[in-house]
Amino acid sequence: MTIYLPIAELPVDIFTVLALGIAVGFISGMFGVGGGFLMTPLLIFLGVAPAVAVASVSTHMAASSLSGTLSYSRKGQVDYQLGGMLLTGGLTGTLAGVLTFRLLRAYGQLDLFIAISYIALLGTIGTLMVSESLRALLRRWRGQPLVVRRPGAHPWFLRLPFKMRFRRSRIYVSAIPVVGIGFAIGFLGALMGIGGGFILVPALIYLLRVPTITSVGTSLLLTLCTMVAAILMHAVLNQTVDAVLGLILMVGGTIGAQFGVRAGQSMKAENLRLLLGLLVLSVGIRVAVDQVVRPTELYAVTIDGSGR
Amino acid sequence: MTSRAVLLAALLLAVAVLPARAKEVVLSLSKDRVTISSSFSGEDVALFGVIGRGDAATPDAAEPAYDVIVTVRGPNQSFTTWRKERRLGLWMNVDSRAFVAAPSYLAVLSNRPPEAIAAPDILRQEQAGFAHNHLLQRVGTDYADVIASDPFRQAFLRVKKAEGLYFERTAGVEFIAPYVFRASIPIPGRAPVGDYQVVAKVFADGQLISQQSVPLHIAKVDFEQAVATAAREHAVLYGFVAALGALAVGWLASVVFRRD
Repeated sequence: MTIYLPIAELPVDIFTVLALGIAVGFISGMFGVGGGFLMTPLLIFLGVAPAVAVASVSTHMAASSLSGTLSYSRKGQVDYQLGGMLLTGGLTGTLAGVLTFRLLRAYGQLDLFIAISYIALLGTIGTLMVSESLRALLRRWRGQPLVVRRPGAHPWFLRLPFKMRFRRSRIYVSAIPVVGIGFAIGFLGALMGIGGGFILVPALIYLLRVPTITSVGTSLLLTLCTMVAAILMHAVLNQTVDAVLGLILMVGGTIGAQFGVRAGQSMKAENLRLLLGLLVLSVGIRVAVDQVVRPTELYAVTIDGSGR
Repeated sequence: MTSRAVLLAALLLAVAVLPARAKEVVLSLSKDRVTISSSFSGEDVALFGVIGRGDAATPDAAEPAYDVIVTVRGPNQSFTTWRKERRLGLWMNVDSRAFVAAPSYLAVLSNRPPEAIAAPDILRQEQAGFAHNHLLQRVGTDYADVIASDPFRQAFLRVKKAEGLYFERTAGVEFIAPYVFRASIPIPGRAPVGDYQVVAKVFADGQLISQQSVPLHIAKVDFEQAVATAAREHAVLYGFVAALGALAVGWLASVVFRRD
């Protein structure tokens, strides 16, 4: 059954888009990532213009991150205090990212810069997560006790001044690295067009030592805030938010996210980290392959003007 | 089909009562307005054309064999064509050309390959044939169309064809009588909305003898129209509604699926 999308100006099969929403929503709920880094390329593949895809995906991400946040929140797994501090850094980071974006575009190599950032970032984070979780699994398999977080063994950046206690996350750390991480996420998000959940979750786990489940819940909260801001910005500045496309994605995405959350909570934290690591790594490899392999069509045509 | 038969009959009648003089072409579309509703996934618009019966002085002269090239152009847009090249092991955009005014939709239909219909310079002058449409490029500070063999130009046509917005059908015009022709204009689901121009050029013995054009309008209606208008004219309100709608769906889902 096809339906015509009024802003994307294109007919799509409603069940294909619904299935896409469910699949990405499942991943989104399971790992606490927004899923934008998967959904946007898939929609572009269906023929939706990139600007419309990015803008419409933000409505889907807002919906599924709200339902995810509420699910985690009821279980006390969202650290609102930590989320607020991250958001402070995130908003300034977004502004810095938008300015850098304009600078790079003026020099004409934005696409390449984005691709290389993806490869470097996804490759590093993916490799770190996979190797760490494999080590954890190996220790468990050998029957060795898991290394519990040691309170006294904080790295130097957590011992900086302005210490704050984040009760939900059970950490007592300096506010400087928290705001710094938020800034980095906002900066990269604006520059690379991603929500940043797949960077934020590992950063919270490995740098701030927040428990895995709380990291996921808090990351969903941050995604929710940034995506609502993104919907408004895209709607006002570019007029590229396709409400019909967004609605189909949302319905699929929220259903998928519910099952994803359950799947995530029934899994061991190491397995969850391993899977997310593999996912991040495979997307990174995919981007790398696209850059290295000779494309079948050496020419590309883009429409100028409104970006549509 | 009945409506088309009636249409054709009316056309023939119109031609019959025309004062017999220079060759004239009368065109008619099965519909001059294609409306896009939520179930729109593309459709074909039929074009009928009748070529006038020639001079009164030689009413019984043998009809020459006519050739017809129909060109349909959508509203102009500006495009950039990028060329990739391998640098340091990575494929990156190294060169680009701006096509400042190219049709967003293009269909070239003819009864046989245009190259067999008329000489290249005539085709070029008349913009008849897929490769002969003007595609204005910005070259440095100049605006010009380049030679047909330009790789950027060829790539542009190739990419647009692959996107399903450019069509070239060298057997797309069918003569149902020596002076009556029919063509089917494909309007794909992703055709841009706006005013289209349908131009039919009639050739005989390699010379253009007549031409005629009719407008074709493609527009959104009902719900699609309302959404597009709201997004454009009430952007802030539309944004808030979209954001609140998203939050409502998310909240609803968490209530529906709540299990504790």
